[in-house]
Amino acid sequence: MSNLSNERTHTVTTVQAPPAAAAPRVGAGLFDPKQLVASLPDAVRKLDPRRMITSPVMFVVEVGAVLTTVLAFVDPSAFAWWITAWLWITVLFANLAEAVAEGRGRAQAATLRATKKETPARRLAGGSEETVSSSDLRPGDLVVVEAGEVIPGDGDVVEGVASVDESAITGESAPVIRESGGDRSAVTGGTKVLSDRIVVRITAKPGESFVDRMIAMVEGAARQKTPNEIALNILLASLTIVFLLAVVTLQPFAGYSGELQTVVVLVALLVCLIPTTIGALLSAIGIAGMDRLVQRNVLAMSGRAVEAAGDVNVLLLDKTGTITFGNRQAVEFLPVSGVTAAELADAAQLASLADETPEGRSVVVLAKQEYGLRERHTGELPGATFVEFTAQTRMSGVDLADGHRVRKGAAGAVLAWVREHGGRPDLAVDEAVDAVAASGGTPLVVAETTAGGAARVLGVINLADVVKHGMRERFDELRAMGIRTVMVTGDNPVTARAIAEQAGVDDFLAEAKPEDKMALIKREQAGGRLVAMTGDGTNDAPALAQADVGVAMNTGTSAAKEAGNMVDLDSDPTKLIEIVEIGKQLLITRGALTTFSIANDVAKYFAIIPAMFAVVYPQLDTLNIMRLSTPQSAILSAVIFNALIIVALIPLALRGVRYKPVSAGAMLQRNALIYGLGGIVVPFIGIKLVDLIISTIPGIG
Amino acid sequence: MSATAAGLLQLVILLVALAVVYRPLGDYMARVFTSTRHLAVERAFYRVVRVDPDADQRWTTYLFSVLGFSAASVLFLYAFLRLQDRLPLSLGMDGVDPALAWNTAVSFVANTNWQAYAGESTMGHLAQMAGLAVQNFVSAAAGLAVAIAVIRGLVRTRTDRLGNFWVDLTRGVVRILLPLAFVFALVLVAGGVIQNLSSPEEITTLTGGTQSIVGGPGASQEVIKELGTNGGGFFNANSAHPFENPNAFTNLVEIFLILVIPVSLTRTYGVLVKDRRQGYAILAAMAVLWGVALAGVTAAEVSHPGTVPEAVGATTEGKEVRFDTWASALFATSTTGTSTGAVNSMHASYTGAGGGIVMLNMMLGEVSPGGVGSGLYGMLVLAILAVFLAGLMVGRTPEYLGKKIGRHEITLVALYLLAMPFALLVGAAIAASFDDTRASLLNDGPQGLSEILYAFASGANNNGSAFAGLSANTDYYNTALGLAMLIGRFVLMALVLALAGSLARQTPTPVTAGTLPTHRPLFVGLHSFTVIVVAGLTFFPALALGPIAVALA
Repeated sequence: MSNLSNERTHTVTTVQAPPAAAAPRVGAGLFDPKQLVASLPDAVRKLDPRRMITSPVMFVVEVGAVLTTVLAFVDPSAFAWWITAWLWITVLFANLAEAVAEGRGRAQAATLRATKKETPARRLAGGSEETVSSSDLRPGDLVVVEAGEVIPGDGDVVEGVASVDESAITGESAPVIRESGGDRSAVTGGTKVLSDRIVVRITAKPGESFVDRMIAMVEGAARQKTPNEIALNILLASLTIVFLLAVVTLQPFAGYSGELQTVVVLVALLVCLIPTTIGALLSAIGIAGMDRLVQRNVLAMSGRAVEAAGDVNVLLLDKTGTITFGNRQAVEFLPVSGVTAAELADAAQLASLADETPEGRSVVVLAKQEYGLRERHTGELPGATFVEFTAQTRMSGVDLADGHRVRKGAAGAVLAWVREHGGRPDLAVDEAVDAVAASGGTPLVVAETTAGGAARVLGVINLADVVKHGMRERFDELRAMGIRTVMVTGDNPVTARAIAEQAGVDDFLAEAKPEDKMALIKREQAGGRLVAMTGDGTNDAPALAQADVGVAMNTGTSAAKEAGNMVDLDSDPTKLIEIVEIGKQLLITRGALTTFSIANDVAKYFAIIPAMFAVVYPQLDTLNIMRLSTPQSAILSAVIFNALIIVALIPLALRGVRYKPVSAGAMLQRNALIYGLGGIVVPFIGIKLVDLIISTIPGIG
Repeated sequence: MSATAAGLLQLVILLVALAVVYRPLGDYMARVFTSTRHLAVERAFYRVVRVDPDADQRWTTYLFSVLGFSAASVLFLYAFLRLQDRLPLSLGMDGVDPALAWNTAVSFVANTNWQAYAGESTMGHLAQMAGLAVQNFVSAAAGLAVAIAVIRGLVRTRTDRLGNFWVDLTRGVVRILLPLAFVFALVLVAGGVIQNLSSPEEITTLTGGTQSIVGGPGASQEVIKELGTNGGGFFNANSAHPFENPNAFTNLVEIFLILVIPVSLTRTYGVLVKDRRQGYAILAAMAVLWGVALAGVTAAEVSHPGTVPEAVGATTEGKEVRFDTWASALFATSTTGTSTGAVNSMHASYTGAGGGIVMLNMMLGEVSPGGVGSGLYGMLVLAILAVFLAGLMVGRTPEYLGKKIGRHEITLVALYLLAMPFALLVGAAIAASFDDTRASLLNDGPQGLSEILYAFASGANNNGSAFAGLSANTDYYNTALGLAMLIGRFVLMALVLALAGSLARQTPTPVTAGTLPTHRPLFVGLHSFTVIVVAGLTFFPALALGPIAVALA
């Protein structure tokens, strides 16, 4: 789509984004301890071994818990029962983490489900209308929806225009315009038509609608493990096998040393060593990552896309609405010699009456502010024919009854019109146009022709693009993260360069056609780079499908929403940056908690090994550097700490590790320090504290 | 000169010597494996074995070539040892027993050189030269070849080809090992190492008894024993024997030879991946591990805890007086850090801490700096593991040198990291469980367990050094250690070649500011820390009942 038509698309819904620098950083996400209690029944239900096996680490813990339960019955002791109880608690805590994460999505799903009520649909069949249930609609069916009625299914408007209340989906109460043709034709089932009448062609099969998919995503039901999650799971499983090997072979060594260990102790050692912390939280981290997107009104169609977002190397950002405010504003009238500024303003105002784009409105506003020209209304001009702005003609204007014709629009289009009508624009016009373009503005040329006379250029309007506040800083941060930003615009190269420099993007694609965008994406991908982009039009669909992360605007067409792997319900292209941050944060959280989990083992060895063998080799008590009171209390403390740390880290898993856009080296340094070194130190303190408390228990201390 | 000054001086000389050859040798090896020209002698060899030297192999073909060549080598060496009494220059030695012949054949082909026999009383000159020494060359060259194939996996893109094993093997022998061995054999002879083909000499001792002194082609075998990180001694006493290692000069030369190829190979790596800093980073991680181990062993041995050592002033038991504590610790650290397994002192006699560290040195997977070739690919696998965790922590799906570490790659890495502990722990656990197998132990208690652990650490990591004390020439140890050596060598080679194949297929991701830098000190620290943590967590319980219990006593 051309840049100009892009603006038309955004006229209705472009939300004036708050200054980017003030936008909330990812990391928000409330955690209420009450959620723990509420999710308990779910956590118990998840103890089913058929569900546990999807997490190999926690499955081993459950098997260990079953084993110690049996042994505690066979050979009861306070110690065996305590260990058994805490092993079950460990499994439960892991399930709790997942249940809490899922529970947060479920509330949203419930709201969505309310929109999924069966509604009567007025289906058009061979010119007549029949009433059927919304669940009987098939793709291709045409339905009529009038004011006050609920749209029965996903589809595209093929006839008419209407204002639609989409608050059930987007949470945005202001109605939006949906009309046939163009890039805002998509409607969603369950939303309500407020005015007028439209005919909708159904595009989704029953059960596969947008809302259905949305419910599945937020509930986590459709969640499949992402590639990196699978890779991490393999690593965790193999670590579990290594520790299983270490613990199983320890028994012969113990026997050799004359101190065979009880199975309860060996199970306790095994559970402490295997990476239970990350094993317990891994799935919650994934669900929470999706949830963070949903909280920002972004709907990811796959977890894979969220992960890919963290890896993105190139961001394709539409200039308009993303880098600059959606509407360029007229800031200056530049008349040619022989024309006064007031004359130019007057003509410009006339030509803009039929131009409802923000640019058109801004011309009228400027004419009023600068020259006190009252806005005329179309009704005041009897016999006038208005020429509406279209993407093809790229100009608007009016043909008055007296033969006076005014045109305003893109320089090329208007100059061609002038020549067509016998005019010969002089070089000064070109110079003025270039000067405006070079300054980063968009030149609009205003021309007129009187009845029978040759057309002449009156002057140039400078439409200035206003770069959003804080964008330069944002791009600097992205650069630090290794992400290159490419501004995509329909502007000519000179204008594009000026704005690119002002905004601080790395590169720009000027006079971009959809094919150019596609070619750029393919070129980047051939070099091994991952590309993210936003789009809304049907002609964006191929590029959205080709991009590794394609965010479709909810205002866009069904085709665009189908092609992308995310949909932004707010239709805010700036959000791409947040999506990348959420993707990164997801991966960082996984890595940090894995590192923490493994680092924890050091302290656990120091707690358990002396407890096991100080009887036969008293010198090993030197390793009991935490001075834990008894062998039983030492082992139990390690097990209890191991369980408690899971609950303690649930908020972090749900919220995600704090993320700051800095270079990879700096980020590694910080996270390695906190989660690596912290992972070594924390359990020494934690186990000691637990020991202080439990050593008062008879039979343990 | 005080012992400390002498010890530090030889360390400095060693490091300077390594620094001097690092670049030229590393660059030379890179040229050897990238050159498109074949030498006449190489071409002749290719014709004889009927291979097309310009064929580029898939990883599977490369692997089958390695395995086929090694299997043939085992069979050949087995037959050779079994039939040695029918062959010339046998010095009247009998054919070797089946279990021992199997163990020895596997041991030399797997670059381990575990010796459950005494060289001077088991092997004739021909078996030593045409059997064992040949394997000392080719097993090292095979390791080198696999390492080069792994580097190609990292460097190449969108291909399933990793090079030609036969070419890499031949060039490794002809252009690298033979020339170096020739030169340094002369250096060792000049230093006093024996080189002859004489029969044993009968002499009368001071007390009037007679003794049979066996000589032989010592220097030629000694040089490749160290250079190829093999370790199989001509004599039972290995480099503690005055004919193999007569003085401090030859001792230092031998340590230099042990380290020179594994160290310089990191330069080759840097050159081949077109980023020398990557090579320096790997070297730095190796150096950290080697340095920490050396400091630990030296400190443990010099600080001489215990009644007797305190009285004597050093832990001299099991050490040659002509090398003293410092040179012994330096040798021990280098030989256990490189899968060499040659010894100039008896590791069993080290203090609990010193003996524990050399054992842990092997358990790290022989990466400090590791065997010829195997040290580098072992270190690269661990780098990939470190990258996996560190990469996630910078918010990217992990990648190393632009290659993604996905599900397939991490599976291979995980299996690689599982195989060695499996062979080590299972073998040792069985050995500790039965009266039969425990009968081989010299000591009981933790020192006895150390003997078992050391033997299997040595076998599974292709080191080959022994913690004197264990009588390993029994059916169980011969068989089990043979299996451990096979797993530790060929299962790992198979996994690492599969990894290389998978990496070679990828399109690399370009480096950006968001890429985890793998050449900075921070990553070097993480890398070496990963190596220690992986081994430490796996083996801590076993070590606690062995060397740690000894050390804390």
